[in-house]
Amino acid sequence: MLRTTTAVLAGRAARLATRLRGSGSALPGLVAERVDPRFLARTLAHLPHGIVVVSGTNGKTTTTKMLAALLRAHGLRVFSNPTGSNFTRGVISSMLREVPLSGRLSADVAVLELDEAHALRFAATVRPTHALLLNVARDQLDRFAEIDHTAALLARLAEQVTTGVVLNLDDPFVSRIGAEAGDGVEVRYFGVDASIADRLPELQEQDVRFAEAAPPVAPRATDGLLKPHDERSFEVRFGAEAEGGRVGPLELQQRGLAAMINATAAATTARMLLGDRFDAGCAAQALREVRPPFGRGEVVMVDGEPLELVLVKNPAGFTVALGTYGSTPVATMIAVNDNYADGRDVSWLYDVSFESLRERGVALTSGVRAYDIALRLQYDDVPVGAVEPDLARALARFLEEHPAEPRRVFCTYTAMMSLRRDLAARYDLPGIGEEAS
Amino acid sequence: MTQTELASQTAAALPDDAGRSKGTIHVVHLYPREMSIYGDLGNTRCLTARIRRHGYTPVLHQHHPGAPFPEVAHLLVGGGGQDSGQARVEDDLALVADRLRSLAADGVPMLMICGMYQLFGNAFITVAGQRLPGLGILDVTTQGNAKRMVGPVVLRTDVGEVVGYENHSGSTTLGAGQSPFGTVLSGIGNNGTDGTEGARSGNVIGSYLHGPVLPANPALADSLIGIAAEQATGRPFEPEPQDDAFADEARTRQVRRLVR
Ligand SMILES: [Zn+2]
Repeated sequence: MLRTTTAVLAGRAARLATRLRGSGSALPGLVAERVDPRFLARTLAHLPHGIVVVSGTNGKTTTTKMLAALLRAHGLRVFSNPTGSNFTRGVISSMLREVPLSGRLSADVAVLELDEAHALRFAATVRPTHALLLNVARDQLDRFAEIDHTAALLARLAEQVTTGVVLNLDDPFVSRIGAEAGDGVEVRYFGVDASIADRLPELQEQDVRFAEAAPPVAPRATDGLLKPHDERSFEVRFGAEAEGGRVGPLELQQRGLAAMINATAAATTARMLLGDRFDAGCAAQALREVRPPFGRGEVVMVDGEPLELVLVKNPAGFTVALGTYGSTPVATMIAVNDNYADGRDVSWLYDVSFESLRERGVALTSGVRAYDIALRLQYDDVPVGAVEPDLARALARFLEEHPAEPRRVFCTYTAMMSLRRDLAARYDLPGIGEEAS
Repeated sequence: MTQTELASQTAAALPDDAGRSKGTIHVVHLYPREMSIYGDLGNTRCLTARIRRHGYTPVLHQHHPGAPFPEVAHLLVGGGGQDSGQARVEDDLALVADRLRSLAADGVPMLMICGMYQLFGNAFITVAGQRLPGLGILDVTTQGNAKRMVGPVVLRTDVGEVVGYENHSGSTTLGAGQSPFGTVLSGIGNNGTDGTEGARSGNVIGSYLHGPVLPANPALADSLIGIAAEQATGRPFEPEPQDDAFADEARTRQVRRLVR
């Protein structure tokens, strides 16, 4: 107990120091972890509704936010890591804000977004009761060289879970994991209704590990299926004929098919966690109210016109983003950096099809690899208005040349951070890492 | 649908556009499903687009395991893959090996990246010491490695400076008479010790450079297309002027960043 208290105090001091210096969110967690390596386990162990880990390549932040909102709407106190700092130290850092010196978290359930490698490291310290596994795609190739390797990490994570896993029915890398869940661990699935199955290839990687296709899983009444009504409205059906009930119809604030699938995953998981307490009307209302997380279709009003910032980090994500926004052409800028956090290899831009931008063209490309993305667009016959590698100059020019219309910037991570700082300085934007309220 | 889109989607030959085409160039992409990662598709995209811009008609064949090998082939490309992908293509590669060797002997240009570069060599020796034979078209041997060699690369080659990105765990050694594809100016290359990158025998090039390597290095793309055009038409290559401003700027910026 004394040790935990010391850890909390040390971590808090570090957090304050970090804040004063204005740097990253992981350092305080590192300090607390050093002082008490069992800090995490001790703090989380007694949560009555368990510890849920959300992992996979795309959609972690959005889905975590939706799942937390669903549980809160049902009256649970939820501890989560909202900063998108998706590794264990980040979890501890956000915990330090909420734990009293006793080290006991006053929450009913923890919903934690963790990337594949950190999820496994976390599970070595604290066994999650539940896991929601979203998808496997090419991402951050410097870190996870092989998709197969990433899929294996998720499978090992599923083995650590004590109570239940929720898996993506439509992603063969993930659905196969169902066979590997431990004894007594309940497996549920989320996926899309047969009526939109033809849109899945745009969201997925090829699974070439096995010569034969995976045997199809027949959805049961506990499995959530996405049934869209139109571009914005959808419902989640439990079971192919909604024999387990339905959530919706509803519209999300965040646009696009990927967000709807995330909502389906979150609703399926919430229903598993809540059991009989799950209320479809309450769930639909909670999902309607979820605001897009930072960088996922965030809209900033600049001079009375919307400017959307869209984070792109891998081919599947960029393709989905283009599909989501492509049907309403607006002035577009694309900013690509190649720092570590962006992924240093920009080859993946050639796995994205930019044809939907052909008609309207791209006003400006920017970032360290501004010419590489311009070249990529040229190969898809997308006209490029100008190339300006300097981000601040590019943004100023983009806003100046497109004053009276909606604008959209697709950007890699560090490009987005830089653009956002620039916007925050010139317009009224909440600070980095904080949620708009 | 434009002709290029059609050409890149079907393997069927297109009728020459009322005699305006200088000839039809058949490009074969080896194992696009299993051996295509890290943007390797960019190479085939670049080749078909530039073939068209030079006034020829591209026909892209995607060769999948178990399918008959295309009868006409003027230019071959292959990419990198994961171990699982590599395992899937090995049986097929044994079936088409003689055809690939005779095409190489006939001077058909080939660009084999990463995993396919390794498979075009003599052998791959796993970390456990197991020897997996390759096609032997390039006199190189690759030793499996626990450590990955990852990062941006700049080379000096016969077609000038070439930029790209490497990501491989195999360490490759050239045979005594084997020329490299390039000399490393920045990055790791075949093995990190002898300053070589890739291998070149006749018109067959093997390299670790993804990037993908062709779009930002149009001189390399055009050298392959030029040989393929001669193969296809029996006449010298008749190039058209190209607008390579973006490519040249992208490449020279990388050279400036990485090589001092
Ligand atoms: Zn490679």
